[in-house]
Amino acid sequence: MSLLRPVIILLALAGLWQAVVWISDAPAYILPGPARVALMLATRWPELLEHGALTLAEILLGLALGTLLGSASALIIAWFRPARHWLMPVLVVSQAIPVFALAPILVLWLGYGMASKVAMATLIIYFPVTAAFFDGLRRTEPGWLDLARTMGGSRLSILRHIRIPAALPALTSGLRVATAVAPIGAVVGEWVGSSGGLGYLMLQANARMQIDLMFAALFVLGVFAVGLYYAVDWALRRALPWQADDAGRAD
Amino acid sequence: MLFEEFDLELPGGLTTCLLGPSGVGKTSLLRLIAGLAHGAKGSVADHRATPVAGRIAYMAQQDLLLPWCSVLDNVLLGARLRGEATTGALEACARELLARVRLADSALARPAQLSGGMRQRAALARTLMEQRPIVLMDEPFSGLDAITRYEIQALAARLLAGRTVLLVTHDPLEALRLGHRVQVMSGRPARLDAALEPPGEPPRDPADPALLTHQAELLKRLAQAREAP
Repeated sequence: MSLLRPVIILLALAGLWQAVVWISDAPAYILPGPARVALMLATRWPELLEHGALTLAEILLGLALGTLLGSASALIIAWFRPARHWLMPVLVVSQAIPVFALAPILVLWLGYGMASKVAMATLIIYFPVTAAFFDGLRRTEPGWLDLARTMGGSRLSILRHIRIPAALPALTSGLRVATAVAPIGAVVGEWVGSSGGLGYLMLQANARMQIDLMFAALFVLGVFAVGLYYAVDWALRRALPWQADDAGRAD
Repeated sequence: MLFEEFDLELPGGLTTCLLGPSGVGKTSLLRLIAGLAHGAKGSVADHRATPVAGRIAYMAQQDLLLPWCSVLDNVLLGARLRGEATTGALEACARELLARVRLADSALARPAQLSGGMRQRAALARTLMEQRPIVLMDEPFSGLDAITRYEIQALAARLLAGRTVLLVTHDPLEALRLGHRVQVMSGRPARLDAALEPPGEPPRDPADPALLTHQAELLKRLAQAREAP
């Protein structure tokens, strides 16, 4: 049933979509029906896949880089108390300025290639990752820290053996958010200026009134984003089997 | 001001039990002795006036087992924190201790898979693993049901024999079963009454009439302690 459910949901949504097309009698260049989009997927799949692979690569690179930078920043501000006052405002600024506003500058600096999109994805996930991990690092159970101190643990070994492992569940919730928003960064980057990727394809299709191709690209993007989210979620659960929310095994 | 000119003497190799009303400062006292709390003037030293810092093991009311480590790794936590090699002799020692608290079969289980009593026994093994001459215990068995508590008390008394133990508890019977000396703390600033010294070696039989007489006396003192200014 759990495998059948997404199929049923998808079919129901497609049916609803087709019904809207019939009732509104919208021309195909405004709202193509699911059949036309499916046809697009079937005929133009090599092109869609090629652009999709590029976007996916940008998302994955952005995720890796953002996770790395975010975790490192969280560790630094957790370790050096004074650094908190210097880095926190920078962090907030990195989140407060909309990436949409930064995209043209990043494209100007880093070019039309992948680098500017990876930078966008990195930037958009940097804050959630840092904030979540830092929060975890500073909320270590005080009893554990007391125990470790009576055992003669140094600050570094307490960080390594207690604070970091204890903060991993918080980091994973940051990573889940990051996985969900990273595609936004990549696609916005592609819209602003690029020579490939699903965002580029959608923009081109839109300009040529190939709305069915645009929908097909959107579908591929959606499949990638959802697939990536579930893959990351699954991997994180496997990596931290001791986590409390794993009680799901019991039911 | 919780403490003023406060003096507590722990006879070496014996168990001292400390009772008293909530908020009188029993936990604060333990934390001061363990070096976990600051802001008080005073010294914690042995009879040669050498500070005891670094010679203390601490056991709290929560088991404080790390959920991501196996029971065995939890017992070896102190060694790992100090950067000692945790294979070979130390691991054998940890397994031996786990066998003594009847957890040999659960060495590789995660704490979440254990019952409350088993978790507290694992915490006891971890405390003993530290090989420290002084052991501070803050209501270590208060979260357990009566039978489990009864069993673990006997186990703890056997395993802690020969160490200098300060046990804080709310349970007069527990104090009388486990303590060579039982003292009541009261008032603010806190003071101690004369120690009760029940006869016999811990763990004592709770059916012993002498113990029940002492319990009556202890309850009376605790009631007075609550009224103390």
